[in-house]
This record gives sequence, C-alpha cells and structure tokens, in this order.
Amino acid sequence: MTAPVGAPQRSMILDQSIKVLYHSILVLALYFEFAGHNLPGGGFVGGLIAGAAVSLRYASGGAEAVRTTFRAPSHVILGFGLFLSSATALVPVMLGGAVLEHASYEMNLPIFGTVKVVSALPFDAGVFLVVVGLVLMAFAAFGDDRVANETDDEAAQ
Amino acid sequence: MSLRAPLAPSASMFALLAFHLVIGIAIVAAGQQLGRGGFAVAATAPLAAVIWAITQAGGVLDGKPVTESFSWVGGLGISLDLRLDAFALAMVALVSGIGFLICIYALAYFKPHDPSTPVKSNVGRLAGMMTVFAGAMLGVVLSDHLIALFIAWELTSITSYLLIGNDDTSPRARAAALQAILITGMGGLVLLVGLNIVGQAAGTYRLSEIIENVPTTGSSTALNAGLICVLIGAFTKSAQAPFSSWLPGAMVAPTPVSAYLHSATMVKAGVYLVARMAPMFATQGNWRVVLLTVGSATMLIGGLRALRQHDLKLLLAYGTVSQLGFMMLLFGTGDDHIAQAGVVLLLAHGAFKAALFMVVGIVDHEVGTRDVRRLGGFGKGWRLTLVAGVVGAASMAGLPPLFGFISKEKALDGYIEHGDFVGSTVVLTVIVVASILTFAYSARFVLGLLGVFADPDFEASCVDDVDSQRAQAPSLLFVGPALFLTVFTVAVGLAPVIVNRLVETATMALHPEAKPKPVHLWSGFNTAFVLSLAVIGTGTALTVFRSRVAAGLSVASKAMRLVPSSEQSFNFLLRGVGVAARRVTGVLQNGSLPIYVAIIMMTATGVPLIAFAQEWTGFGDVIETPVHVALVAMIISAALGASIVRRRIAAALMLGAVGYAMAGLYVVQGAPDLALTQFAIETLSTVLFVLVLRYLPSTWTHRAPALAAPMRIGVSVFVGVSVFVFALVASGGRSRSARRSSPRSWSKIRTPRARVRMSSTSFSSTSAGGTRWVKSPSYWSPRPVR
Repeated sequence: MTAPVGAPQRSMILDQSIKVLYHSILVLALYFEFAGHNLPGGGFVGGLIAGAAVSLRYASGGAEAVRTTFRAPSHVILGFGLFLSSATALVPVMLGGAVLEHASYEMNLPIFGTVKVVSALPFDAGVFLVVVGLVLMAFAAFGDDRVANETDDEAAQ
Repeated sequence: MSLRAPLAPSASMFALLAFHLVIGIAIVAAGQQLGRGGFAVAATAPLAAVIWAITQAGGVLDGKPVTESFSWVGGLGISLDLRLDAFALAMVALVSGIGFLICIYALAYFKPHDPSTPVKSNVGRLAGMMTVFAGAMLGVVLSDHLIALFIAWELTSITSYLLIGNDDTSPRARAAALQAILITGMGGLVLLVGLNIVGQAAGTYRLSEIIENVPTTGSSTALNAGLICVLIGAFTKSAQAPFSSWLPGAMVAPTPVSAYLHSATMVKAGVYLVARMAPMFATQGNWRVVLLTVGSATMLIGGLRALRQHDLKLLLAYGTVSQLGFMMLLFGTGDDHIAQAGVVLLLAHGAFKAALFMVVGIVDHEVGTRDVRRLGGFGKGWRLTLVAGVVGAASMAGLPPLFGFISKEKALDGYIEHGDFVGSTVVLTVIVVASILTFAYSARFVLGLLGVFADPDFEASCVDDVDSQRAQAPSLLFVGPALFLTVFTVAVGLAPVIVNRLVETATMALHPEAKPKPVHLWSGFNTAFVLSLAVIGTGTALTVFRSRVAAGLSVASKAMRLVPSSEQSFNFLLRGVGVAARRVTGVLQNGSLPIYVAIIMMTATGVPLIAFAQEWTGFGDVIETPVHVALVAMIISAALGASIVRRRIAAALMLGAVGYAMAGLYVVQGAPDLALTQFAIETLSTVLFVLVLRYLPSTWTHRAPALAAPMRIGVSVFVGVSVFVFALVASGGRSRSARRSSPRSWSKIRTPRARVRMSSTSFSSTSAGGTRWVKSPSYWSPRPVR
C-alpha cells in the first residue's frame, strides 16, 4: 500500500483501521458468497461487499491502492466471472436439463458438520467476480485524483 | 392417411437437409478454387435427394408418409417434425429434380467463351448458396411443424437475397436483392404472426394434426386475422399483386438462379403453403374472397404485362407471376378436384418454365442479348434449343398434346364441375381470359425466339454488336437439361399415366377425403374442351393482329400510369419509412439528456401502468407497524430534499438515504436478503456517485427554459404514481403465489433463477419501491406453451 506521489495528507487512524478491516470484510464477503444458498447472501451481495472493501482501500490509498489490489486486470476478472456464470448456466443444458437447473449434494465434513454443496456455487462465484471486476473498473475510470490521464491508464494496463 | 406413422428409426431426412447445408457451406468456403466446378459438387446434393425420394416413393404413394421428429425447444413445444407425404414428394421431385438439372446446366452456363478469361470468383459462392437454398426449400416442403416451416421459409428468403445480389459490384443487383428481401421478409414476419394465431387456434402446430382437428371456431376474429396474415405471407413469397414487383426485379440474377428460384421452386413456397392450408381453412373467414381476388388480379396483370416485354426473360418473369396467380386460384379454393388441377399445373409449370428459362439463358449466353428486337434467327446447331423453347412455350400456352394442356383442361374442368362457391363463375372467366393472354405471350415468346421481331433500326441504335445468325451453337451439355424437361413435357402429355399416381396421392395428402379422378389427355368433348378451343382460337387471333393489340395495350398502359404501379408504391413506401424514421429520430433523439431520461422513464413505467391499472384492487393495509411510519417519513423527506438542495453531492447523499431507508423497510417486511443487497448496492453506488461528481460542477446551473421545471415535475409525478400503482398491485399479486413463506422467516429456499431475478430488480429498486413480488417463483419459471 504505497502512497502515490503527491497524494494529499493521509490519516494514520484511517490507514490502520482499514488495514484491519479490509481483510475482515473480504472474509465476510466470501462468507456471504457461500452462505447464499439457504441464508441471505449470494454472489451478488458478496461481490458488492468486496467492492465496498475495495472502496475503503481507495479512501486511504487513492486510485493507486485500488489498482494494486489484485494482480489480474479488472476486465479479466469481469470477463472470467461472466464466462464462469454462463458456462455454469449452460452445463445443465448439455446434460439434458433446463438452463440454470442445479443440483445439490449434502456431505459431512469433520469441522463444518453437514455441508450442502450446490452446483449453483460456480455460478455465484462468477457473479461475485463480475461485480468485483465492475467496481474495479469504475474506480479505474473515475478514481484518479486529477482528471483521468490517458497515458497513465495505458501504463497501468 | 389420417394416422400418424410411427417414428421412423432412421433420421434420413435430417441427414439429407444437413447434407445440403454442409455441401453448400463447403462450396462457399472453397468458392475461389472451385469456380464453376462448384456446380458439379453442388449437383450431388439434389441428386442424393432425388435418389432418396425414389427409395421412399413406394411407401409414400401407398399413403404411408415418412415422419421424423427431433425435439428442439421442448419447453415451448417446438420440435422439428419432418414428414414426407405424397404432396411433399411431388414438391421434392420439383425442387431436387429441377435443382439437379439446373446444376448441370449451370456448369455450361458459367463456362466462359474465351478460356483465357478468368472465371469470376463469385460463381463458386453462387453454387454454394444455391445448394443451401435447395436444402432450405426441402425444409419448407418437408416440415410438418409450422415454426420449423417458417424457419426454412425465411432461410429461402435469405438465400434468395444472397443469390440475387451475388454480383455485389452491380448496383442494380443490390437494389433488386434488397427489394426482394424487404418484401418477402416483411411477408415472413406477417406469416409468423399468422402461423402462431393458427397454431394457437388449432391447439397444435403440426400440419398433419391440424387437418384432423380443424378449429371449428370459424367465426373467430382472431383466426380470421391469422389466416389473412398467412395469406399475406404466401402472397409476398409467391409474388402476388400487389407484392409482385420484386420478382421481375430478381431477373438481374444469373439465369440458372432465375430458373431455379424465381420460376420453378422458391416462388412456389407461397403456393405450397396455401395448398396445405386451404383444405382446412378455405371456408373460414375471408380466406376465399381475399385469395380469389388477389389470384385473379395477379393472373390478369401478369399476363398483360408479359405481353408488352421485349426482354425474353422479363416476359417469362411476368408469365411466372401470372401462372402463380393461376396456381393460387386452383389450390386456394379448398375443393379437392380443383386442387388436383393445381397439383398437375404445379408439375407442368415447373417442367416447362424451367426449360424456357434455360433456353433464354442459352440465347443470352451465346448471342449476348435477350431482346427480341435484336434476335434475327439462328444458324445451324440451334435446332434442339429452338425445339425446347417452342415445345415449352406450347406447353405454357396449353396446346395438346403437352403437359400444360392437361393441366389447363383439368383446371377448367374443375371450375366448371366443382366451382360451387360464390364467385366461381367470375374466376372461371378470369382463368379463360388470362389463358388467352398466356397463349398470346407464349406465341410472342416463340415468335421472338424465331426472330420475327428483329428490328434493324433498334439494332443500329445499340452500342454493342451482336449477331444471332453467327452465334456459336450451344454444347449438348448446355441444351441437355432443357431437352430432358421437354421430353418429360411431351411424354407426360402423351401418357399422363406417368404422373397419375403421384397426382392422385398428392391430392389425397392435401384432402384426405378426396376421390381424385385420373388425368387423361383426352377427357371427352366437354365444356372444358370447348373453352380450351376458344382460348386457342382467340389467342391465335391476338397473335395474328398483334400490332393492333400492342397499340391498344400501349394506350391502356398510358392510362394506367395514373394508377401507381407496385414498383412505384414500393419505392414510395420505402422513402416514406425513411422520412418517418428521420422525423421520429429528430424528435426523440435530439441530444438532450433530460429528454432521453424522460422518454425512457415514461415508456418504462407508462406501458406497464396500463396493464397494472387493470389489476388495481385498492389500497391494502398500508401501515402495519409504527416503524413503517418512521421509515416512510425518512424516505419522503430525503427524496424531497434531493430535489430541493442546490449542491450535487448533497442530492447524491439524499438519494443514498432514500435507499438505506428502503433497505430498512425490507428488514421490517422480513426480506433480509433483499435488504442486504439493497444496503450493499446503496453503499457502493453512493461511493461511485461521489467519484463521478468530482468531474461535474458542484451546483446546478439554473439556466433551464421556463417550461422545464413544470415538465420535470410532471414526469416525476407520473413515474412516481406508476411505480406506486405497480408496487401495490404487485404486492397484491403475491397472494396468488404458490409458495408463500411466512413474512418473518429468515431463511428462504431459492433457486439461482430467483436470485438472478432478484439481483436485477434490486438495481431498479434503489430509489423506488421494489417489493417482494420478485420472489414469486411462478413469475420467472418458464411455462410451456401447451
């Protein structure tokens, strides 16, 4: 989390609390992503919460901090999510079912107890990635401290 | 006949259609290398179809149709049902038999005079597209399911467009192709509407089932409208008045294409559909009135215009229009005897018209012109070509002992003996008059071909130099296909027994109760024969006094210029659509963002409002708990604040407050998942809002025109009221939901479908009340049509 050159003064309290919060929020986002089948949550909400975590990073480190959040470029994240979702949606068709039809399996795991695994999970994961990718792209487009600079954008990619 | 045959274990019909498609695409891909050789490859597809049809013919002619089925969109009840009955067999013989001959013919047609000139690269493409077309046309005649038929039907339109416009460097070809696809495409859309109405009214989309279970709601307005739509589709495809202008235009295509698509096969798709539908629906609604009027008009207009052509190919094109009208008159009445005449004419016309087009193509290719004023007789070696032309024209004119004579006799006999519906006498008169015209233009074709109309003055006015006397005689390969059809025409004329079985069973395939009479060359000295004699006599008189007839026609056509022709009407309509589109665009898309938003919002909320207002049941229990009051007060004050504050950032935060309060409302109503989504979305969208707002001035500039504020308020109030009604009606609709969970339940079993639905609606519910209607599973899950 390096500060961009010429960044405005940064609040240390904010920086430190975000360091703690950021990863916790991401865990929460993953929880929602997995809980989504029977409990409130799902890939969309999870993605949004992860997006909120990213916006916290922006609040402390500016556009540069967002850019270095994930190694993969934002459009790759979005595209992979879209591919994952549509592929999951179409797999049942190949197996002779309807679009988006899903199956679920229950199993007993040592620590977690009875866990229900749903074939809709990759679909939700895809949605999650789409939302995260979208948020990253929004920050890339509008997040620069000055009016967006073309050469900077290209260099970032 | 009435029982559906058990599912055939093979999939030979599908394989056949796929074969056409694969071969066609392969030829298109390899067009550059193959050149005209592509037609040799292309010939394998129709040849395979012919061989396959012959192997099936025995069973089919015994009244046992071959059926194959493949479920396509099961949820909508759409399946690809193929069915080869005797009428389809007759059409397959026409499509694939003539298709094969045309491929052989095209091999010679595209051979350059001078071997050193490079072959045009798009010839290979032409061969490939023709194969695809042949497959699509087979699809039309083999489809038992209306939707499958429609898809094949559209495929023939598209391939026809590509074939007419194959010479993409010629503006004329492009314009003609565009006109053809606009007219047939428009007709195709109307047809789709009609087929759906008919399918819904009948309760099945399968032709073979509709005929067993004809909808008895004969007076139903919907069915009547559907039938009219079907007719319009058939009329555009078969170039009936007033949609006939595209067919003569399509003659810019190379002659093999014209001979195949625009005379022998594709234009008969409309006739085919009418033939299939008429037995069930001819007596219902306005079917007969519309069909007989249009068919009569087409038959007369086509004949009159053919009589005035100098271009042999255009003469044949107008002759085709006239004959298509004739076929409509025969197939569309719903009478089995007249339909039998239609089957005979269908085959006879295919044989002689294809042969005539081939002859014209030979003349065009070897001499360099098709204008009768420039043809002054032919030299040695042309005898076979001329024989083919003369015999074909004689068959078209209805001279004995040819196939065309039998069809005309049968048609007249049918109308005389069985024309017991309103207007049949008028139609009979039309047929006789149009037959006289047919005789006259056939004679004109023959005289023109023999060089009677040669005009030295006109020849002198032409730039290029052609001389039919010294033209190179066509090779045997070139004339062969036309000769084959000529021999067929004569043979069937002398011995109609060749086609008798096919004609009879084809008629019975259309009319299961029909008892067709066998066709004979000589069916006794009856009224039909007398009429035939009268037609031949009057036609001869018209030909003898042709200069006076021409003068009369030219006066008449000057008078007719006051009435817009179909060509002019088409251009007028086309321009009109362009002008209207520009004006609408100018009003609706004037570049003003507020106007765009207003139009989108008004449409998106106003249209559903019409539907929802009918479900309005009044206010339910609006306030259930005191928390409601607090939350709603927060929503209202924040919304009002957003519209009053002067700073943009403040307005964005106010909107955020509206969203959070809405999330609170969801919590109170027991929808934690919605609340969670709403909350997360609201947070993130507020952050993004703030980001974007940095690029805008911090306050609004108030330079809007005076009317703007009232208009904005009006639009806002309208949208608000619409959403309000929508929310109330939607929450009322919840009671009908099959799965209703208790309002306080925190856990819900949802399918991914419901979740997708929910996510997408959550976006729109940011500032306006989205309620739990989204969770009604029945709202989203697809329901089968049947």
